[in-house]
Amino acid sequence: MVTPRTAWLFLAPALLVLALVAGWPLGRTIFFSLTDARLDALEEWRFLGLTNYAFLLTDPDWWGAVQVTLVFAVVSVSIETVLGLVIALTLNARMRGRGVVRAAMLVPWAIPTVVSAQMWAWMLHDQHGVVNAALLGIGAIAQPLAWTAEPGLALAAVIAVDVWKSTPFMALLTLAALQLVPNELYEAAKVDGLGPVGTFFRITLPLIWPALLVAILFRTLDALRVFDLMYVLTGNSRATASMSVHARQLLVDFQDVGYGSAAATMVALVVALVAVALVTLGRLRLSPAGRA
Amino acid sequence: MRRLLGRLGFALLVALILFYTLFPFYWAVVSSLKSGADLFLVEAWPRAPAWGNYVAVFQEQPFGRNILNSIFVAGVVVLVSLTLAASAAFALARVSFRGRGFLLGTLLCVSMFPQVAVLSGLFELIRALGLYNNLLGLALSYLIFTLPFTIWVLTAFLRELPLELEEAAAMDGATPFVTLTRIFLPLMAPAMVTTGLLAFIAAWNEFLFALTLTLTNEMRTVPVAIAMITGASRYELPWGLIMAASVIVTVPLVLLVLVFQRRLVAGLTAGAVKG
Repeated sequence: MVTPRTAWLFLAPALLVLALVAGWPLGRTIFFSLTDARLDALEEWRFLGLTNYAFLLTDPDWWGAVQVTLVFAVVSVSIETVLGLVIALTLNARMRGRGVVRAAMLVPWAIPTVVSAQMWAWMLHDQHGVVNAALLGIGAIAQPLAWTAEPGLALAAVIAVDVWKSTPFMALLTLAALQLVPNELYEAAKVDGLGPVGTFFRITLPLIWPALLVAILFRTLDALRVFDLMYVLTGNSRATASMSVHARQLLVDFQDVGYGSAAATMVALVVALVAVALVTLGRLRLSPAGRA
Repeated sequence: MRRLLGRLGFALLVALILFYTLFPFYWAVVSSLKSGADLFLVEAWPRAPAWGNYVAVFQEQPFGRNILNSIFVAGVVVLVSLTLAASAAFALARVSFRGRGFLLGTLLCVSMFPQVAVLSGLFELIRALGLYNNLLGLALSYLIFTLPFTIWVLTAFLRELPLELEEAAAMDGATPFVTLTRIFLPLMAPAMVTTGLLAFIAAWNEFLFALTLTLTNEMRTVPVAIAMITGASRYELPWGLIMAASVIVTVPLVLLVLVFQRRLVAGLTAGAVKG
């Protein structure tokens, strides 16, 4: 048998690496957030206390970024959950070629976000994009729309691209949960005369709910730290700048490491708060439970 | 009649899902095969398909180098993550000790952590180690997100294996190291392939660190290269080139997904899905 002492020996390499690349940088970021360090001269700093945070809390750009991120996370995760559920229910039916459809769904999830952002940026191009051409063709719009440049449309465009890329993830996780529902339950429901709608709300949904919640949790935390999508699709535009985009702009473009680190620390805090809230509200128990 | 309509509706739904998922790829392929002003015409298939963009992306950009960079970084990340994670997962899954639950919880938190929160500290660290604008610096920083989830998924897998394995090994007087390498490692092979693939894809796709920790065209990875492709004019992006580059990096991923789809889905759902 392996003793606890030996167990720590086996853990040590991984924990040391994580302490070096995650723990230490996080600590330094929090430290920087209390100073006025600049990117070109990280060694020359003055201690400022909580001044950066005080500024941040009165900075309309920061609150704009918080609002954008929250709207993005809530809207895109909601759509992805519902759409993912619909797709999963469709794929759960016995049919030929299910494997092909499932493989096709994995592709948007597997490609880099940068690639999906570029593909959609071209499709949503104001003058030569296929989306405008199609909408003009069916008469839905009278003139081409500047999807990624118009502040009122840009966030919707960003959400649409995220829905396209992340719905497959939700659908596949939901499908995995659906396949665990025992067939006898459906047969029993049929015998009891429960219609398809009743079966869904009384049997399917309660049984897959825990798995669905975990998927929602992961997607939400992922959405809250979104960076690539906005950075590529709409640049640093205020209308779509997420918390991460805003923090990186302060850090790198404005070279303001102190203020930027304060923003970055707040991003972590917001994500942590949402995670705690979701886990508590959903009464989730997270443990490596084996291959479900 | 009703059954027929039902089946028709179902087929339509499946077709709609496929169209929604695949149309952007189709459009990227079509656009990448157009040259000059043809690009600005909306048509289902280019009238004169041309490979020009695919040649140009390698000539006008160091795109070949970018691909090699990405393969190198992702390869190193997968090797290091799997080695460290196999050892750590062995301890977490097969030994009960104080603080195990706390450790697993911490790992899950780290894997969900917003990357931007470590950015300034990481920038300082990478520069102090002399790894700025260096592929090894990128590989090191990627361990932040690959290591926690590889440990987590491998732990989930190892927990499933029967207890008799260690008992038999202990009877034979095997040391813990031999138990891990000779008994568990061969059994872990399928799980290692799955987690390795997930880690590879995560490292291949990463953007924020790659953007911030590299400086020159030659050191960029594929996502940064594709995000930064610019043409002769500042105002008109070379969309044909960008689409060609996008298609080039998508094709290997499509093949990977086709070959390993069962494993990828199993890996995605492993670990945390049981609520």
